[in-house]
Amino acid sequence: MKVTIDNITLEVEPGTTIMQAARMIGPEVAPPAMCYYEPLKGSGGKCRACLVKVTAGSEKDPRPMPKLVPACITAVQDGMIVENTVNEQVLETRKGIVEFLLLNHPLDCPVCDQAGECHLQDFSFEHGVSSTRTVEDRNTFEPVDLGDNIKLNMNRCILCYRCVYTADQITDGRVHGVMHRGDHAEISTYIEKAIDNDFSGNVIDVCPVGALTDKTYRFKSRVWFSKPMDAHCSCDKCSGNVTLWYRGDEVIRVTGRKNEWGELKEFICNTCRFDRKKTSDWTIEGPTNVSRHSVISANKYGAGLIRPAFPIAQAARDYKLIDDDRDRSFLTNQASLPAKK
Amino acid sequence: MKILTQHIDVPGIETIDVFMKNGGYKAVEKAIKTMTPDEVTEEVKKSGLRGRGGAGFPVGMKWSFLAKPEGVPRYLVCNADESEPGTFKDHYLMWKTPHTLIEGMIVSSFALGANTSYIYVRGELMYVINILEKAIQEAYDKGLLGKNILGSGYDLDLFVQPGGGAYICGEETALLESLEGKRGNPRNKPPFPAVKGLWQSPTVVNNVESISATSWIVNNGGDAYAAIGVGRSTGTKLISASGHIKKPGVYEIPLGITVEEFIYSDAYCGGIRDGHKLKAVVAGGSSVPILSAENILTTEAGEKRLMTYESLSEGGFATGTMLGSGGFIVMDETTCIVHNTLTFARFYHHESCGQCSPCREGTGWMDKVIKRIETGKGRMEDIDLLVDVAKKIEGNTICPLGDAASWPVAAAIRHFRDEFEWHVTHPEEATKPGAVYMRPGASWTK
Repeated sequence: MKVTIDNITLEVEPGTTIMQAARMIGPEVAPPAMCYYEPLKGSGGKCRACLVKVTAGSEKDPRPMPKLVPACITAVQDGMIVENTVNEQVLETRKGIVEFLLLNHPLDCPVCDQAGECHLQDFSFEHGVSSTRTVEDRNTFEPVDLGDNIKLNMNRCILCYRCVYTADQITDGRVHGVMHRGDHAEISTYIEKAIDNDFSGNVIDVCPVGALTDKTYRFKSRVWFSKPMDAHCSCDKCSGNVTLWYRGDEVIRVTGRKNEWGELKEFICNTCRFDRKKTSDWTIEGPTNVSRHSVISANKYGAGLIRPAFPIAQAARDYKLIDDDRDRSFLTNQASLPAKK
Repeated sequence: MKILTQHIDVPGIETIDVFMKNGGYKAVEKAIKTMTPDEVTEEVKKSGLRGRGGAGFPVGMKWSFLAKPEGVPRYLVCNADESEPGTFKDHYLMWKTPHTLIEGMIVSSFALGANTSYIYVRGELMYVINILEKAIQEAYDKGLLGKNILGSGYDLDLFVQPGGGAYICGEETALLESLEGKRGNPRNKPPFPAVKGLWQSPTVVNNVESISATSWIVNNGGDAYAAIGVGRSTGTKLISASGHIKKPGVYEIPLGITVEEFIYSDAYCGGIRDGHKLKAVVAGGSSVPILSAENILTTEAGEKRLMTYESLSEGGFATGTMLGSGGFIVMDETTCIVHNTLTFARFYHHESCGQCSPCREGTGWMDKVIKRIETGKGRMEDIDLLVDVAKKIEGNTICPLGDAASWPVAAAIRHFRDEFEWHVTHPEEATKPGAVYMRPGASWTK
């Protein structure tokens, strides 16, 4: 099947979603995903961050789709033409989505453990506007302990449902879900019952924001001060493949290994996550390949930004270029776009 | 011309004997004994009957989309979760003549080949549920439901399921989730219910009024039904009229009468209450755009507006609205549009399921901003902010609740912007109890 995304055509298997196809091309054209999580069945379609414009439905029926469609759950058709970063409506809508997600978000990044590896931070940095239009009070909740090792801060939650799917699909005897509705909906366990399960700690890793955090790591360090190392151990419950987060000689945190989209490759057990915090527990493999979702990657918020053609064209149209000797090579630099396959 | 409410005032019509004496259940006999399921579907297609729940999608076409794989059960689900503010027709119909719906359910289930069907009733209507259950028992006793109906070999079981009273469960996929016993969150589409609906089986979800109309269509033929009405708006429609009119209530109208006739004729609303003038109308339940008096009575082209799907939507959202579910709310000049919009916005804020972000956050935001304007703390830029928020919700959500929440706000500002501005510029006057802005030289009609 042929699909064209942002003028790049590629061949994919039937049943591939637009998101998967775009990710094959690379991060420059992949739509952002706040709720979609490939390892979790049924996730996606909720945050609306990945809405894209389909300008031609398929070879057979080349009409454009009337509404923007979520890339994460829409399967590609043969001959489909998709516009993501080159479509004004898509970028405008995405600004709106950032605004909606931040509307009741406390913006407490300075004291949040997730800061630096937070998908919402990245999303708003890349797609949002720098000002706010809201003067309303934000909805607030009290922080809750879910068992000994997990802290739930509902204020930060964006209701992506990832932890609900995790609790549903990889732990048994689910006691974790969503209560109430609308903007007063909250993640909750049945009458605040502790999550007590060997794999419950994975809800921390799947959480895109700082709503679910690791109590053994809380306030110990900032992400960008720590050094991630791949390591493994022989564990009888899980694969034992993890990432150790070092500060100096000390293992301050253990997480699962994530791919370049910030998704877990394998779910790990709570023993590995919370109890094995000595270097002697592990066999070190080497430094982790840092994902694009981490501030640890060099100059994350400076270089290598996605520079879609549309805003550049708009700038050229609406603004005069000031004649000075600043470096503007990025405007025409095509290096950030992937080589055609 | 009355089809659904023809015998509604006959004493004892809620019992099966009186109902059958008045010609009830003839359609079941006719359909099951003399027709094939495809013939019934064909008649419904011919009738041009359109979904009465709000969207107005042709019922026959919806039925023909139903996937029919071998060995997989099919379901018919009746959406009786009527919770749109301003709409109360299904409630009235089920309460007065429950057998009209049950007869329609049997005929429709037969046409679709469904052996199990459900009526999902809004939870607040417990007494209606009791009436329906009693009526269903009567139908079982007469052999009109259950195994081998009228000796034809066709089996049908009919169940009534009370909902929990959530507005969102009137959305068809949320209804199916709720019916399955889960949290009533709308599903992502595709797959549509016609392919994967209830318990992942092909399912048709229809409104009470649509299903009830099918038995008359079987009895009298699709062409007879199509003869009523104008153009693609065929048949009769129940309109729930409320607000500042002399005779609020449920009226069955042949589609195609003028809006003016509906408001002012003694056969229907009987006009605006004495000494007052028409200011605005919400023509199809709270989620359709509100229109000012001038726009609701005449179209942009200067023609009289008719009570049809097409005529009401003429002029797009700039000057038109929608027939929707037929919740006709009439407001006279004592109504504050800002307050009215706040009421609607608060409702959608409360009823958003919270699954997708534009609706979850946007409805709450609009509610809070309008609340500020209404209480005299608004800023001029808030009005444009509301328009922008509404625009960003519309079309970007999983289900139509986002659209339903944004349309009334956007329309109120489109047609009554001066009223919002007055609230901002005259906060002291605007917050006095009962204060209403009068447009200079207001020409609210009659």
